[in-house]
Amino acid sequence: MVLSLDLLLSAVVAGILLGGFYAAMTVGVSMSFGMLDIVNIAHPAFIILGSYIAYILNARFGLDPVLASILAAPAFYALGALVYQTYYVAFERRGDEALRGLAFFFGLLFITEVALILIFGVDYRFVETRYVGITVHLGPIDLPLRMLVPFLSSLALVGGLQLFLARTFIGRAIMAVSQDRLALQLMAANPARIKRIAFALSIASAGIAGALLILIQPVEPSIGRDFIGRVFAICVLGGMGSFPGMLVAALLLGIVESVTATFYGPSWAPAVAFGCLLLTLALRPSGILGRRA
Amino acid sequence: MSNGRFWLVASAVGLVVFALLMQIDNEFYIRSAFVVLQFLVLATAWNLLGGYTGYVNFGTAAFFALGAYGTVVMDKLVHLPLPALVLLGGLISGVVGLAMGYLTLRLRGAFFSIATLALAVVLQTLITNWDYVGGSRGAYIIAPARIELLGRQIQYTRYLLFIMLSLAIVAVAAARSIERSRLGYGFASIRDDEQAAEASGVPTLRLKLIATTLSGALMGMAGAPYPYYITYLDPSSGFNLNYAVNSIAMPLIGGMTSWIGPIIGALLIGSIQQFAVVTSFLGASPAVNLLVVGALLVLFVTLAPKGIVGLLVRVTGR
Repeated sequence: MVLSLDLLLSAVVAGILLGGFYAAMTVGVSMSFGMLDIVNIAHPAFIILGSYIAYILNARFGLDPVLASILAAPAFYALGALVYQTYYVAFERRGDEALRGLAFFFGLLFITEVALILIFGVDYRFVETRYVGITVHLGPIDLPLRMLVPFLSSLALVGGLQLFLARTFIGRAIMAVSQDRLALQLMAANPARIKRIAFALSIASAGIAGALLILIQPVEPSIGRDFIGRVFAICVLGGMGSFPGMLVAALLLGIVESVTATFYGPSWAPAVAFGCLLLTLALRPSGILGRRA
Repeated sequence: MSNGRFWLVASAVGLVVFALLMQIDNEFYIRSAFVVLQFLVLATAWNLLGGYTGYVNFGTAAFFALGAYGTVVMDKLVHLPLPALVLLGGLISGVVGLAMGYLTLRLRGAFFSIATLALAVVLQTLITNWDYVGGSRGAYIIAPARIELLGRQIQYTRYLLFIMLSLAIVAVAAARSIERSRLGYGFASIRDDEQAAEASGVPTLRLKLIATTLSGALMGMAGAPYPYYITYLDPSSGFNLNYAVNSIAMPLIGGMTSWIGPIIGALLIGSIQQFAVVTSFLGASPAVNLLVVGALLVLFVTLAPKGIVGLLVRVTGR
């Protein structure tokens, strides 16, 4: 096969756009898994739930999916707070989270997925907006708005959360709880409350990521599972709790996946993410920009 | 009861169960019994690692499918008797389990769990792209109609049931022997406090590798007869998430710390699922089945963390 430079270039650009979107999916995992040490493998299920909420609001009221997801974010925040409270009372407080917490989230993953299947069936759903079909051409590069809008929204989401963590009191408290829980407790702050806020935020971000997902591709309930590997691969590769590391890892994975799909066929793409994850875990579990071993 | 005597009793129980099942004329019940026993083996295998050492394996489907696809490959190459295929499936999955454990078990437990999820997807992609075993189209396996067992001609489905029953007895007896051996106490020390165990001189990595290998091998053995049962194997049925969900839910619901928990869980949940299929109970579809198992899993894990065994112990006060 002749390696076409144009083809490679457009594959890389498509990968960057895709990777930017992956950052929106992963930012919540970076918070829950990376900072709070809560192995929320049900995160992709909440993303798919977000897709369906955006789909309903779009189909019923003609709302833009991104706008719809921002409107729905408080509901996702409340859902996240509820899930964390259950998790805290049932597992974390008893120091029982390692095995049973994992099983709990695994169960949640299936309940969400199957509930969506029972309500909506396994048909693919998609949204209608004015800009979905439009493509911006920059020389040989195509920038479809279908990808560009999620890319930019995702950067805004990650940037916003980063600012929140770095600048506000609650944000700094979240960073503190991820670093030293006991020290925070000695400062008379309640770690459970801080973690509840952080976890609720991570679920709210999943709702928004879901709306971006349904802009990019049609969604059916069980595709969430395909993303479990990607989001955890990116989170680990990016060094767990670090947002800049996560962003670099997301872009990297997007590019590798897109190039693989272009030159070897899309059926190989899922293995790329998981392969990266296995390699990272085996060779460099602290991630590419990580500090901790 | 000593281990030797338990093996004898278990084998006797197995023979009686098999003799009773042979009286059943309805093919459907034979097939249901096979499925329930298959889950019993998977649940017991999962519990060797998950229940005894506390490491959660989400990749049951991968180990199971490796055994099943081992059979598909051998079916194309040479004719081997089923017991040999079962051993082969165990060998393949055991080696993969060992390699997998070696790569990830030095990290925290959560990483191991995520890596097992990853393993399932990587293997499924490889198999889907591997034309020799049918790729995404799947492969047909022709099972003989009858076979001679102990001097009698019996239907092949009954022979499969016999193999699966023997496997179940081996799995349970092995789990029980391990639970009461030095090895089992080592596993339990890892589950209760790995750091303390390591500090007291327990070779934790080696024990975890043993557990992963044994558990993976049993799952592969359970998968080996599957192509003959289903006669058409494609990646989505071999790697079905049903196996991952059920093999976790059954021990958790039954009770994880003893060998009897997975048996209770598998017999209960497995029978309910088969019953739901026959009677279309609640309009049961595979989706509803999964929903029920998922809901039971969450309920038990939050409200009754020791499972049915724990509830029984509390009721009887022992």
